[in-house]
Amino acid sequence: MKPFDYVRPGERSSAHEAARDGGRYVAGGTNLIDLMKLEVMTPDTLVDISRLDLDGIETVDGGLRIGATLTNSDLAADPRVRRDYPVLARALLAGASGQLRNKATTGGNLLQRTRCPYFYDTDTNCNKRTPGSGCAAIGGETRNHAVLGASEHCIALHPSDMAVALRALDATVEVEGPDGAPREIALPDLYRLPGATPHIETSLAPGDLITAVRLPAPSGDRQVYRKVRDRASYAFALLSVGAVLRMENGRIAQAALAFGGLAPQPWRDREVEALLTAETPSDALFEKAGEVLLAKADPPPGAAFKLPLTKRVLKAVLTEATQ
Amino acid sequence: MKLSFAVNGRKQSLDLDPRVTLLDALRDHVGLSGSKKGCDHGQCGACTVLVNGRRINACLSLAVMHEGDEVTTVEGLARDGPSALQAAFVEHDGMQCGYCTPGQICSATAMLEEVAAGWPSHVSADLTSKVELTQDELRERMSGNLCRCSCYPGINAAIGQVATEVPAEEETAD
Ligand SMILES: Cc1cc2nc3c(=O)[nH]c(=O)nc-3n(C[C@H](O)[C@H](O)[C@H](O)COP(=O)(O)OP(=O)(O)OC[C@H]3O[C@@H](n4cnc5c(N)ncnc54)[C@H](O)[C@@H]3O)c2cc1C
Ligand code: FES
Ligand code: FES
Repeated sequence: MKPFDYVRPGERSSAHEAARDGGRYVAGGTNLIDLMKLEVMTPDTLVDISRLDLDGIETVDGGLRIGATLTNSDLAADPRVRRDYPVLARALLAGASGQLRNKATTGGNLLQRTRCPYFYDTDTNCNKRTPGSGCAAIGGETRNHAVLGASEHCIALHPSDMAVALRALDATVEVEGPDGAPREIALPDLYRLPGATPHIETSLAPGDLITAVRLPAPSGDRQVYRKVRDRASYAFALLSVGAVLRMENGRIAQAALAFGGLAPQPWRDREVEALLTAETPSDALFEKAGEVLLAKADPPPGAAFKLPLTKRVLKAVLTEATQ
Repeated sequence: MKLSFAVNGRKQSLDLDPRVTLLDALRDHVGLSGSKKGCDHGQCGACTVLVNGRRINACLSLAVMHEGDEVTTVEGLARDGPSALQAAFVEHDGMQCGYCTPGQICSATAMLEEVAAGWPSHVSADLTSKVELTQDELRERMSGNLCRCSCYPGINAAIGQVATEVPAEEETAD
């Protein structure tokens, strides 16, 4: 690990100040410290935000306001989340391990970096790690790389389960700039597709502090999270689907579908949702949804298996959610 | 950097480079070698310790982040002799080489508390009802602890026995 300074501010204003001087925030540390050990990330100063009093969770306007440093365990165990946002509780519980969830936080989970093995291996080229160096994944081992939204510069996935559920739930993110100015960002606007600048992953500026995630009142009572992985537990998703659905008189009145393991960010496709809306559930409809979702898919060779897998899993999830 | 925290009930004051992980601080600076380093990347659970009663991977946490915390290692679980889980691991042969054992036992200790608090898991059919610690639940909740010797049958039997001996407290979450 490269040497660094460590500061632990007791209040937000001092955290902002440390960030203005170039500090990087650390919350649970389960991703950042890992990457620092490998010298993939080499901050000069760590600003520990774990004692900033950002770990609350409260009901606001019929929805929830989830503190940035609340742990993934506490969020998944919250009675309101278990009752009203089961897709979120399920996504959290499908991620990592009991130990990791006790440290992982809301903000850190959203901003965790890709698990692309080439990003981790400093002996290989990676445009995300070293802009302009090339992408060793392209033409390499691509079993768990993106089939949608990738570019010729980067085919890495976003690995979070939690973010997939938040995307289906139309979450927004509360942010404070290093000058302390607050703003709110809709989750889709937080993440950026790789394009020619895969090292720029979000719309956050240096020193921006995520303070909370906001969830609107749940719009659908049928919620499903399904994750497919190489082993039954403690593994990242090959594919995951978060579904929030409302049925009226035997028809799909509203459908929000978010996908993990497919793209560089939790993926949503309004065309697929529009296709399902006002329709009566049927296998043919669900198969059509899969076709539309993957119409623009361009999988690297190793990830071609994800196309049939996605169609089957989507059909199963929609069947379960509309029963 | 100065750090004070409690390890197994005893106050420790250390002066550490901020790069030192909690795991290395416990092993190399406090002198408690019970917690093990398997992968050093959060992937195996050998380093599991309890911080303020919760299980975490000590390898992915910096020691300096634990100012004022109460840390319990496998050594601290034995009070007037081995804890119920420690004894059950011996009784059920829940180990071969023993390298993963401290992590397994720390993890299981906190896992039983999580069950008592009513925390659901990935395999819970219902997120809101009381948790029954079936073998499926037990395996899922312990999936953060790998055993390279594959002693899972003994490990599961040991934890299962203690789980039934110590009845879960009244569920606290609704
Ligand atoms: C073995 C292993 C298995 C895993 N499996 C899964 C899995 O199956 N599914 C899954 O979803 N995840 C998985 N994870 C990843 C885990 O969920 C993340 O490491 C965790 O959520 C990160 O949260 P943290 O608080 O520890 O972040 P940190 O490591 O503290 O921070 C991560 C990044 O976010 C930034 N940051 C943190 N908080 C803020 C904030 N409030 N404002 C601005 N910036 C901030 C930091 O600067 C850093 O860049 C796994 C991790 C490991 C090690
Ligand atoms: S040594 Fe910490 S998880 Fe493997
Ligand atoms: S007993 Fe050898 S690793 Fe578990």
